[in-house]
Amino acid sequence: MTQRGRNLLLLAPAGAWFLVMLVIPLAVVIIFSFGERGPAGGYVPAFTLEQYANLPARWAAFKNTLMLAPAGTLASLLIAYPLAYYLAVRADPRWKTVLLVLVIVPFWTSILIRSYAWIFLLGGRGIPALLDLIGIDNVRLINTPFAVLIGIVYGYLPLMVFPIFVNLDRLDKRLLEASADLGASPWRTFLQVTLPMSLPGIATGCLLVFILLMGEFLIPAILGGGKVFFVGNALVDLFLQSRNWAFGSAVAATLVLLMLVSVTAYMRLIRRLGAQREDVALM
Amino acid sequence: MSEAAYAPPSAEPAAHPIAEFRGVSKRFGEVLAADDLNLSIRTGEFLSFLGPSGCGKTTALRMLAGFESPTSGEVFLDGEVVNDLAPYRRPVNMVFQHYALFPHLTVAQNIGYGLRQRRPKPPRDEIARKVRAALEIVRLEGFENRRIWEMSGGQQQRVALARAIVNEPKLLLLDEPMAALDRKLRKEMQIELQNIQRRLGITFILVTHDQEEALSMSDRICIMRDGRIVQTGTPRELYDQPRNRYVAGFVGTSNFFDGVVERADAYRARVTLGCGIALEGRVLAPVAAGQAVSVSVRPEQIRLARTATGGETGWEVTILNRIFLGEHTEYLVKHDGLGEFMVLTPRQAELSDGPFNAGERLTASWEATSALVLDNDQAPQAN
Repeated sequence: MTQRGRNLLLLAPAGAWFLVMLVIPLAVVIIFSFGERGPAGGYVPAFTLEQYANLPARWAAFKNTLMLAPAGTLASLLIAYPLAYYLAVRADPRWKTVLLVLVIVPFWTSILIRSYAWIFLLGGRGIPALLDLIGIDNVRLINTPFAVLIGIVYGYLPLMVFPIFVNLDRLDKRLLEASADLGASPWRTFLQVTLPMSLPGIATGCLLVFILLMGEFLIPAILGGGKVFFVGNALVDLFLQSRNWAFGSAVAATLVLLMLVSVTAYMRLIRRLGAQREDVALM
Repeated sequence: MSEAAYAPPSAEPAAHPIAEFRGVSKRFGEVLAADDLNLSIRTGEFLSFLGPSGCGKTTALRMLAGFESPTSGEVFLDGEVVNDLAPYRRPVNMVFQHYALFPHLTVAQNIGYGLRQRRPKPPRDEIARKVRAALEIVRLEGFENRRIWEMSGGQQQRVALARAIVNEPKLLLLDEPMAALDRKLRKEMQIELQNIQRRLGITFILVTHDQEEALSMSDRICIMRDGRIVQTGTPRELYDQPRNRYVAGFVGTSNFFDGVVERADAYRARVTLGCGIALEGRVLAPVAAGQAVSVSVRPEQIRLARTATGGETGWEVTILNRIFLGEHTEYLVKHDGLGEFMVLTPRQAELSDGPFNAGERLTASWEATSALVLDNDQAPQAN
């Protein structure tokens, strides 16, 4: 068998999986998006742009997704970076593994259950009650974008921590000494060496979190209480409740398109930032 | 243990030392990495810390750089105590063992890094000019925009050197800078380092475990062992007047005959070896009768001859092995009482009498003044 033949054979399982689970469903979605809703729901074949013309009806879902996905990514980054930095650079090596496991522990419980816990924390008898005690009253947290943001950061933090941790952990600490030796204060060393060198980890973490957030529906469903909903929630509603498959497909296709555009733009940006570094494959 | 008491005259502190250790010790948990270091470093000299790994030489260097602060004692830089002064505030730069060049920056950006940290920040064109000058010194003109990973090991080493000297530091610290280079490159780099040092007049402090490197480049060498300074002196002083067996074994090679002092005065001593033979030798540091010592005789100070020469004690030896080294021939010989020892014979001397062959029986002899009686109480495994 030729090398080429062997390669094809090895790639066949993944290729088949890719075709059946991704390409065909995506094609179906695109075809459906040009169709019409049947009288009793579902899909009736047609070729119309009506569904796409109807998209503004779900404007709120798109707006929430496009605002909260980047905001959630950014918030996760801002919280995860110092944590990853501490774990990789400062933490006692003997405790590193233990601390790292503690970051993953929440993953051992379903996100559903963990999000329900936040309902209580953010609800009337949780944090707002505590704020009331110190004189800050009438704070409403649950069912607000802020509640969804908290849920997002809580749920996705480990995904951001890990790539940055791995990156910082591999950072040659002698470079930090070299920087100090050349007259850079600790803060300037961070800005000029640590931060640029950890860019690949940041890029990976942000990409992971952002892509998953664009398709998120569970956290807004639980902590947004139907007031703050994502495109994902709109899709659940369209496919399972109102059974408007055609319109649902149009919304789904648009979401995929938005993701493609934003991820491509993001990769371009990262590639430009990391252009100086050939030795680190960014993705 | 005071270093000054044993130091040859040249090791007296200069009027204005650029750096100084005064009773400096450094403890890492249970380990005493530096033990009461006393050393004065002169402005403009090339000084090496020489010793095996774990002898404290790197700790000494890191205390000068500011990466470690002493547990006790004082480190002086330019007349001021700098024990706890952060590395980035010191007028000192280091060439790191594995260079520690910034992979995300170009060669020019690496070299200009130190200049860019200055406040007020120097103008762009001044930085560019200095970077170019530094590249010229290390003979890397035109490499400004290269990436670090595009450079060979030897080139990276030059970049690391340029990155340090461009800042015109008061002290340039070199931590085993040649360890990663192959033999030929290392030789070249040694000569180049020396030239650069003389040209710039910067005080160089080198840490190495390679005696050849230390001997060939340094004005003075500070020999360390178990966190202590054993002896400081010029390469010649260390070679001709080693303080003890350890130094004699570390600087050059020597034959050691272990024994006990039978009698001694200020200049000479008579030593009885384990086999009962008595050897005479010169005394550099006082020894007392009954003291455990080694009689050290350098291989090149021993003569081999087919017939015994008069006036000296001759030893009947058998040649075990011969290694031809070009200019010299190295013989491993054996005497019934003294055991095995090395003899280095210059080509010149062999023209009349040699070459000698393995198995041949000869007479080995040396002048009593070339045998040194050295303290042996702390050197179980030298040479």
